[in-house]
Amino acid sequence: MIDFKSTFKMAIKSLKINKMRSALTSLGIIIGVSAVIIMLGIGTGASQKVQANMESMGSNILTVRSASAKAGGVRQGFGTRPSLTVKDAQEIEKTADNIDAVAVLTSENKQLMYGNQNWSSTVYGVSKSYLYVKNYEIVNGRTFSNEDSRNYSKVAIIGATVASELFGDIDPVGRVMRVGNIPFKVIGVLKSKGQMGPFDQDDIVLIPITTAQRKVFGTSFPGTVNQILIKGEDSDTLSALESEVNSILMARHHIGKNQEKDFEIRNSAEFQERMQSTVQVFSILLASIASVSLLVGGIGIMNIMLVSVTERTKEIGIRMAIGANVQDIRLQFLLESFLLSMIGGFIGIIVGVVGAESIKFFSDEVSSVITVGSIVLALGFSAFVGIAFGYYPAYKASLLNPIDALRYE
Amino acid sequence: MRKVIEVKNLIKTYQTGDTSFNALNNVSLTVEEGEFVAIMGASGSGKSTLMNMIGCLDKPTSGQYFLDGIDVSTMTSDELANIRNKKLGFVFQGFNLISRTTALENVQLPMIYAGIKESERIERAKRALKIVGLEKRESHMPNQMSGGQQQRVAIARAIVNDAPIILADEPTGNLDTKTSIEVMEFFVDLNEKHNKTIVLVTHEPDIAEYCKRVVKFRDGQIESDIVKVKNDRF
Repeated sequence: MIDFKSTFKMAIKSLKINKMRSALTSLGIIIGVSAVIIMLGIGTGASQKVQANMESMGSNILTVRSASAKAGGVRQGFGTRPSLTVKDAQEIEKTADNIDAVAVLTSENKQLMYGNQNWSSTVYGVSKSYLYVKNYEIVNGRTFSNEDSRNYSKVAIIGATVASELFGDIDPVGRVMRVGNIPFKVIGVLKSKGQMGPFDQDDIVLIPITTAQRKVFGTSFPGTVNQILIKGEDSDTLSALESEVNSILMARHHIGKNQEKDFEIRNSAEFQERMQSTVQVFSILLASIASVSLLVGGIGIMNIMLVSVTERTKEIGIRMAIGANVQDIRLQFLLESFLLSMIGGFIGIIVGVVGAESIKFFSDEVSSVITVGSIVLALGFSAFVGIAFGYYPAYKASLLNPIDALRYE
Repeated sequence: MRKVIEVKNLIKTYQTGDTSFNALNNVSLTVEEGEFVAIMGASGSGKSTLMNMIGCLDKPTSGQYFLDGIDVSTMTSDELANIRNKKLGFVFQGFNLISRTTALENVQLPMIYAGIKESERIERAKRALKIVGLEKRESHMPNQMSGGQQQRVAIARAIVNDAPIILADEPTGNLDTKTSIEVMEFFVDLNEKHNKTIVLVTHEPDIAEYCKRVVKFRDGQIESDIVKVKNDRF
């Protein structure tokens, strides 16, 4: 029985004899493998981008909003009947388990002014914990202190968009701007988070909730808030927390089992899962389109190996006459197709990684992330293609009759 | 002397459509160790068919074949491959070297299939090439060598695995007279100095002159079988 090393050398030698043909056959695999790598990279990149976006909005969050008002049978949008109060939030924080933090917010669009500049933005009256819950970071200045909210201080933290639109190159911290007609002192600037869908997360102004309720927003329902944000400890306990919050609010608002609720709870984990699965479907789709080209590469290998077996019929006859058995011939041709495919696979990985990395230079929107998993998958795929598509030609070669093969011209 | 080749009542039938044709019709032949046998006959007389049988490349329709005392007529194709590798050395009319492969590598081939390790292979292949006087052509490709040189590489390949039997099918058919004589001298050497049993198919009486025994075929049967007295050829 022949040893593997010698077969390997013979296979390399035959591939070298037809360099151009071997290179072109491998090219099919190179294209296939690099396409799979790039597509998987883009898929992973998109998925991580979604993940990062989700985390920038804050993760494991329950958003409680007041339900819609009904005026003469006409239902209006969410929050039109303010029913949530700061007291509700405090009660939830006190009684519910698995809570990391609770924040309240109430918002309104206001015109901002500084010097001769003006800008319209959304002003959020928030509790101090809001920054933590929504993952906002301060890059410049300070966050709210307990005194700010106790003293109804007219202080504001502004987003990056507001800072650049209103202040331009001037450092906004310590400056006084007008919110509506009320002067506010800017105490901090938020770190930029970028766009989340159509919403610019940096186009905001944060002020203490107490100041907002008392001095800025005129409301017919004093003490109410638009939203209560509850950050759970982890994603596993979030749905338990959701039902707990639900029952606390039902009890506090005196709502019976069959009555319509005056609030609505949204779970960020569900939204996150939905987004993730959308991205996943999208990346599987990309990868399967790419693997079609790998399949075509495999057919190319099979084609060339069949040609090679026919061309080398006489050689096969000679080898059989001097003692090659069925396995020897089969192994030789199988190894040739396996090598073609693996060489293509390795080069394809290099091309794929370089291609995926260079996408970053061409586009900010599409990112790609290469994982070890995708490289292993691509290598495994090309090994499989080499063996699967090389088997039939090798099988055909090994079944040749030695006499007929020797006589072949 | 030991019987190395013994065929008994060999029949090979080829079927073409409705008609069948007996290429070999009840042939029995015994070759002993150290013999140098020429098989002669017109084309279609069955001599090549017999060579294929003796060479374990083809199976008879009926009859028995003992090679070195072993019944090979019932062996599987893998077992036959092993027999060809260990017991037989082939020399063909068309040389049948593997193209774009050096002389040294061609000679190594039977040992690759015998599972011999590379260092020993190279050493033995070099020795075999030296026997046929081609030690300076080791790295030449077949297309860089003359017909005579190629046939000598083929002879080196046939003897490198120490096969006791050499089967030569018209080994001088593609060579001119001068090179034919050179090649035949090698066969005589192998027979006399290395004690190889040689069976050689030819249709040239001049070539058969080198052999000790001449078997003539006609219509699938042995017509005559003459053992010559030694040194008769000079």
